[in-house]
Amino acid sequence: MNGDPQRSAGLAARSPRLPRQPLARHLTLAVAAGIVLFFITAGLGSYGNFQVSQIAVYAIAVAGLTLLTGGNGQISLGHGALMAVGAYTTALLIARTHTPVWVTILAGGAAAAVLGLIIGLAAARLRGPYLAGVTLALALALPEVAVKYSGVFGGEQGITVPPLTAPGSLSAERWLAWVCLIAALAVMVLLANLNRSRFGRAFRAVRDDEIAASLAGVNVPRTQILAFVVSSACAGLAGALYGFGTGIVNPGEFTIGLSISLLAGMVIGGAGSLAGAWWGALVLVLVPQWSTSFSNSLNLPSGVASNLALIIYGAVLIVVMILAPAGIQGGVRRLLGLPRLPAARVPVLGRWQAARSRDRAQAEGSRVGSADHIP
Amino acid sequence: MRTSLRAAHPYRLAAGLAAVSVLAAACGSSGGSSGTSGNNTSGNTASAPGVTATTITLGATEPLTGPAAPGYSEIAPASTAVFKYVNAHGGIDGRTIKYIVENDQYDPSITATKTRELILQDNVFALFDPLGTPTDLAVQPFVNSEKVPQLFIASGCACWSQPQKYPWSFGWQTNYIIEGKILGQYIKANYAGKKVGYLYQNDEFGQDGVKGLDMQVPAASVVSRQTYDTTTLSAGLGNQMAALKAAGAQVVAMYTIPAATALAMLAAAEIGYHPQYVISNVGADPPTVTKLLSSFSKGKAGGNLLEGAITAGYLPSESNYGNAWVSDFRKIWKKYDAGEPWDGNTEYGMAVAYTMVNLLRAAGRNLTRQGLVKTLEAKGATFTGPGLVPFSYSKTDHYGYQGMQIGKETGGGITLSGPVHVTTNNGPIKTYSGSPASPPAGFGS
Repeated sequence: MNGDPQRSAGLAARSPRLPRQPLARHLTLAVAAGIVLFFITAGLGSYGNFQVSQIAVYAIAVAGLTLLTGGNGQISLGHGALMAVGAYTTALLIARTHTPVWVTILAGGAAAAVLGLIIGLAAARLRGPYLAGVTLALALALPEVAVKYSGVFGGEQGITVPPLTAPGSLSAERWLAWVCLIAALAVMVLLANLNRSRFGRAFRAVRDDEIAASLAGVNVPRTQILAFVVSSACAGLAGALYGFGTGIVNPGEFTIGLSISLLAGMVIGGAGSLAGAWWGALVLVLVPQWSTSFSNSLNLPSGVASNLALIIYGAVLIVVMILAPAGIQGGVRRLLGLPRLPAARVPVLGRWQAARSRDRAQAEGSRVGSADHIP
Repeated sequence: MRTSLRAAHPYRLAAGLAAVSVLAAACGSSGGSSGTSGNNTSGNTASAPGVTATTITLGATEPLTGPAAPGYSEIAPASTAVFKYVNAHGGIDGRTIKYIVENDQYDPSITATKTRELILQDNVFALFDPLGTPTDLAVQPFVNSEKVPQLFIASGCACWSQPQKYPWSFGWQTNYIIEGKILGQYIKANYAGKKVGYLYQNDEFGQDGVKGLDMQVPAASVVSRQTYDTTTLSAGLGNQMAALKAAGAQVVAMYTIPAATALAMLAAAEIGYHPQYVISNVGADPPTVTKLLSSFSKGKAGGNLLEGAITAGYLPSESNYGNAWVSDFRKIWKKYDAGEPWDGNTEYGMAVAYTMVNLLRAAGRNLTRQGLVKTLEAKGATFTGPGLVPFSYSKTDHYGYQGMQIGKETGGGITLSGPVHVTTNNGPIKTYSGSPASPPAGFGS
């Protein structure tokens, strides 16, 4: 992940102005990005700022997912449900209590983290497709809780979320964009620090080889639960901010499609990479809109045009995956000539990739794998 | 060998990325405003966002794909056909109407995004006939805070008339509570002593309908209340129909969307259960439901299951080709909308567009958003149209039609008969005895 010592040593060597200390380096990058983004939001119109806020929200959710899946090797198909938990917590607190807004946002993240702890405890025993199945069940079942207990959760209509009050004469959309961007940059700094710390190393060790990690003294279940909790907190925070963007929180927004979109965004952006989370968020927000504009500009009958937009969206996703299997960030790294991140791959795919290269090597008649050379 | 392969990849990758980004840039969203034309001899000005000397831009979010699309995707093309007809006959004081329809797939979060796109980027003058209860509820606060008219919302929710809280939102069709009352009164009068069961969608649509039914149907007669959710509709309604049969319901009042009507009737037929159906107009359109009946049953069942069902309408029946409004609308349909079927959805889309045209004409040359809303409140009650009852628009009432006539499904169509009822959410049911308006001479040609 971003914490690979060789890579960061190379980066520090190339840009001597970046501080060597990880925290200082990450904060500097975040502040610099924040300044650039401030000027961008100042130049965009209301709708553009609204899109920026949506991109920031998806970046938070996908960053959490990429830590869990790309960084720790646990597949989750239920992050849409975790976003729902954050969104509903925030919406309920705002509607029913007089809690200050920023507290409700943090509470959304905390509530999702608690659910993540519970799932993590259950999921610590599960691997691969079984874990995916449990999270899939969560994604399908959790929105139905809101429908079943409609007295509390507002049923299918959901709960309205009043927009954030912007200070002074600032437009509501720009204020929302700033709030979401600040939250996203803070999350990126925290996750980048986490990856550089011993926790990050433990995540990657467990991802790459559980048995070796536990032999080396890493507490595997605790590591996996921690990854789940952190990832869920990110999803909950994203969900809380998502509610302010759409103005309403209801089960129809948190379908299994959302969970799959987050996973797709992660893979397309580049699994295991925080920059990849931003690429994924950009794709999730902008490509559907571009494909709709393109289809509409062709002046086809409306039924054809709307379905064409979805087809184009799918085609763009497939094309990106063919051209850049390590995601957009992997492609960018290749273009820049940077070394490929050693294990930036989705675990299930990784095993398939390893099996393929093994088969190819066997077909070529050479032997692969040190296991074969143990005397 | 391997190094040269690696070296080749970046070029292929760069070329691919360049191609994708060029394609993306070329597809950049078009929301620009149309420029004013050179010679302005009409005296019109660009008096409001979405209004220029020559155009008026309206916008809406509709489900063009997804589970809510069957039937509802026909409404926007029908409205567009009426606008094309009007544009071809001089427009509104020399301005042509442009109608931008965005697909929200009946997902409120997509509605939120698309509505912001329409208002903030495309700068529409007003939202016209956006569809759906949860979808429009989601954006109602935002649209009102932006002071954009949210006109003639395609939903019978009783929530569109809140002039104090949401002064920019207006309904059009008869709301579900009023319809429930009128259907309930029919049940009470014609099926006295029989056991009644309810099947309804578990949201504002179904709950409002049941509220109305309960105001009329004696509580002791209701032996079973079954609900369903749109998210789990694909699993069928077998359980609900079995429960209604077990409770002995001889009359089943349904607040269902067309897909659910079809599934319910098929499930009942499978268990040999044939109650008297009383269906909300939302789920009773014969062509739509017949198509769904035969596609769900793979051709084994068809419109015969609908025969004899009771429903209600606030427009003349779309199968009544002799009615002057229906025949004029069909002329417009044949010329501008022939790619879509002629059914209740198409008739609805045209009727609501006709009201929009009335409103734009009445609002005068100097179009403003505030002026549009004030005109509707002041003059809306005098607008004529195909409706069986007059509009009830006023400063304190944003509802629209508040009455219906009972109809029976016969021979693939609906035959309306009996008195025309008007009422309010909480008031008594009265009979409306006014005569229906005729379309203007030469309309549709």
